[in-house]
Amino acid sequence: MKPDALLYPAPKGLYCQIGDFYIDPVQPVERALITHGHSDHARAGHGQVLATRETLDIMRIRYGEGFCGTTQAVELGERLTLNGVEVGFHPAGHVLGSAQISVRANGTRIVVSGDYKRRRDPTCAGFEPVACDVFITEATFGLPVFHHPDDRAETRKLLTSLAQFPERTHVVGAYALGKAQRVIALLREAGYHEPIFIHGALQRLCDYYQSQGIDLGELRPATLAADEKQDFRGTVVVGPPAAFADRWSRRFADPIAIFASGWMLIRQRAKQRGVELPLVISDHCDWAELTATITEIAPGEVWVTHGREEALVRWCELQGIAARPLHLVGYDDEGE
Amino acid sequence: MRAFAELLDRLVLSPQRNAKIRLLADYFQTAPDPSRGYALAAIAGTLSLNTVKPAMIRDLLLERMDAVLFQYSYDYVGDLAETVSLVWEPPAGTVASDIPLGEAIERLQMTGRADARSVVRDMLDHLDTSARFAFLKLVTGGLRIGVSAKLAKQALAEMGGKDVAEIETLWHGLSPPYLPLFGWLSGEAEKPALSTPAVFHSVMLANPVGEGDLDALDPRDFAAEWKWDGIRVQLANIGGARRLYSRSGDEISGAFPDVLEAADFTGVIDGELLVGGTTRTNRATRNFADLQQRLNRKTVSHKLLEAYPAFIRAYDILFSAEDDVRPQGFVARRAMLADLVEHASPQHFDLSPLVPFSSWDELDRLRADPPDPVIEGIMLKRLDSPYTPGRVKGPWFKWKRAPFNIDAVLMYAQRGHGKRSSYYSDYTFGVWTTVDGKEALVPVGKAYFGFTDAELEVLDRFVRDNTTERFGPVRAVRAEPDFGFVVEVAFEGINRSTRHKSGVAMRFPRIARLRQDKLPRDADRLETLQAMIEAREGT
Repeated sequence: MKPDALLYPAPKGLYCQIGDFYIDPVQPVERALITHGHSDHARAGHGQVLATRETLDIMRIRYGEGFCGTTQAVELGERLTLNGVEVGFHPAGHVLGSAQISVRANGTRIVVSGDYKRRRDPTCAGFEPVACDVFITEATFGLPVFHHPDDRAETRKLLTSLAQFPERTHVVGAYALGKAQRVIALLREAGYHEPIFIHGALQRLCDYYQSQGIDLGELRPATLAADEKQDFRGTVVVGPPAAFADRWSRRFADPIAIFASGWMLIRQRAKQRGVELPLVISDHCDWAELTATITEIAPGEVWVTHGREEALVRWCELQGIAARPLHLVGYDDEGE
Repeated sequence: MRAFAELLDRLVLSPQRNAKIRLLADYFQTAPDPSRGYALAAIAGTLSLNTVKPAMIRDLLLERMDAVLFQYSYDYVGDLAETVSLVWEPPAGTVASDIPLGEAIERLQMTGRADARSVVRDMLDHLDTSARFAFLKLVTGGLRIGVSAKLAKQALAEMGGKDVAEIETLWHGLSPPYLPLFGWLSGEAEKPALSTPAVFHSVMLANPVGEGDLDALDPRDFAAEWKWDGIRVQLANIGGARRLYSRSGDEISGAFPDVLEAADFTGVIDGELLVGGTTRTNRATRNFADLQQRLNRKTVSHKLLEAYPAFIRAYDILFSAEDDVRPQGFVARRAMLADLVEHASPQHFDLSPLVPFSSWDELDRLRADPPDPVIEGIMLKRLDSPYTPGRVKGPWFKWKRAPFNIDAVLMYAQRGHGKRSSYYSDYTFGVWTTVDGKEALVPVGKAYFGFTDAELEVLDRFVRDNTTERFGPVRAVRAEPDFGFVVEVAFEGINRSTRHKSGVAMRFPRIARLRQDKLPRDADRLETLQAMIEAREGT
């Protein structure tokens, strides 16, 4: 069958008419399959939600118990059938619980990657390539400029700065789900065992990661009792990026603004945000990994969702691979 | 090159002076010779390198990359060196290696025009991304990292535990890669000998007169001089070498051949560099905007020399002939200086006149209403004071004329850096003017100091509560005739400007007071500022 008949972009998101379900819909629907817990992919208010157990837990933490009608947990590697459509969940390596979703009917298989990366991540299972006719890829960093450096070298920059500026508070902005925990885990791997202070918005997600056996070491709240005078000098504080422009950050001694994101590769981006120490640590593929993944999977066709679609489509054309942009709306690639 | 590249990346993003000094000092401490010396040269602007054109870099890249993909990338990044450093893909099998900066520079210095292409290509293949960026910035000739030579010297002083004055004195006799300098700073070699006698000596600086500072002082112990609005310089003619230095020790001889040629005396003098005529030729001293025509040039045309003749108004003398007279008192030095100027070219040298006074009150009146528009205040010098480098409190004071003041309306605010990164602390303010028959605010300046911490809280709260638009880190705030925030802005001077929409540019603007008692409609108009310029120009 033609791939378009199996899965196509509808106003609410990618829709499978035969199976009557959406993947990562941006508006409430009857039945949603969710790739991972980031808020632009996992929204509240659906009837039934199918996702990995971890993704369901994360949605519950973020939206509360009644975030949807009913839930069904799916194991990575498990296959199930929905109205005759075979559906599978496969590791995507993006954040804890993240999955690619494969959809198959009448001999045609489409893989929706969701967000994914190919690098090792101490906090989640690694990406597994799945053979398919159509590979739907994200393109957050879909420009030849993006070559993420080694995350261990980036982590060392933070440790070097701690030694060089022991009187300053090292305040790290990191996305609350996934990035924050990865940065903490990387610091622990690099031999940093001091307590790390975290913003309140990270508490429950960090607790959850720890409960899933991911060791983040000793975490303490970066909050002050009314009469307390601590100024956090020489410590590492992790919080959501938006909190640093906020009055919250005034309690810190001469803070040095750090931001862990793939965007930090571009100097002007760092400068604009007032970041003093950019850490190029990304939960997405860089250009080399996007193109290598497409080459490895060798799909008949590539559909490109959110990000810089035009460059990746151009690259596919140059390689003689059929490709087109999907123009899905509602996904936010800035939050990385 | 990797360590140097990391240093550049950190320097570009570190707004604090002290942080920059520490980053530099740590680098100088740990990097090997001759790399650190070439790094110092690149930062201080003393490195000479055959540069390559950006077009060549682009060509090299397009040998390997699809033009459309390159264009997408360049449009996104916006800087050629950065784009190329990021998209460059070495041929399969190339092993990235860390080419030391010193080796890279020496290789480039030996490269002729013919093989530049292949050398640059080869270097790009072997460096990693961040080092590639540093390399491209070096070979295209523009580091632009916001670090002055002065700051680099400060870092050297910190690294070696020396006084920065010692480094400044040695500086002009040394050249890249500065091996004797680093040998001395790291304690492995003797202090380098001075190769030119006409070296820079750190200048003596004054403290501003603070509240009550003068009460306990006797006016009879002090001489007063006008403080002229030019640039402070040091002119040396010793052992046959002539040099002109700015007050931070940068050599500016190239821009002022007229002054150097006229300096046919032996000695070192301290003075104000100005343009126009000396008092000895009875022609007027011209303002700072005219002096600016002569600044920051490597060479100067005949036309400029004629239109903007430069001269030195002498303040002090450090060496009379070859004698160091700095330990002598002001009165004794002044007599020697008067004698030197008397015999020097009348078009190029005059003596800064003393201002007679008998009481602080009398001096205060003179200060408020000086006889020449190019005067920016009064200098006070203890009659018995020796010439001491640096800013020692007591012997010299500066007492500036009252600043200009206007009431302006807050229009935009931007978040600050470092300690202030959670505050909107950089303010753009405007005044009223008529545009197409309607009243509108036009931005006239930017200020980020002058307020107290408590006032900053007030301003920050206003910005957060009254934002109308956001542009990245900048917020536009409500500024309407009957609602907005009026600030009193003080500034030291005002000039015409073709770079600003308003046509005016202020010098050293700062927030003097918050005027919550005023409505924006009560703020000043652009015409008021234009009138200030005209009064200054005497038209």
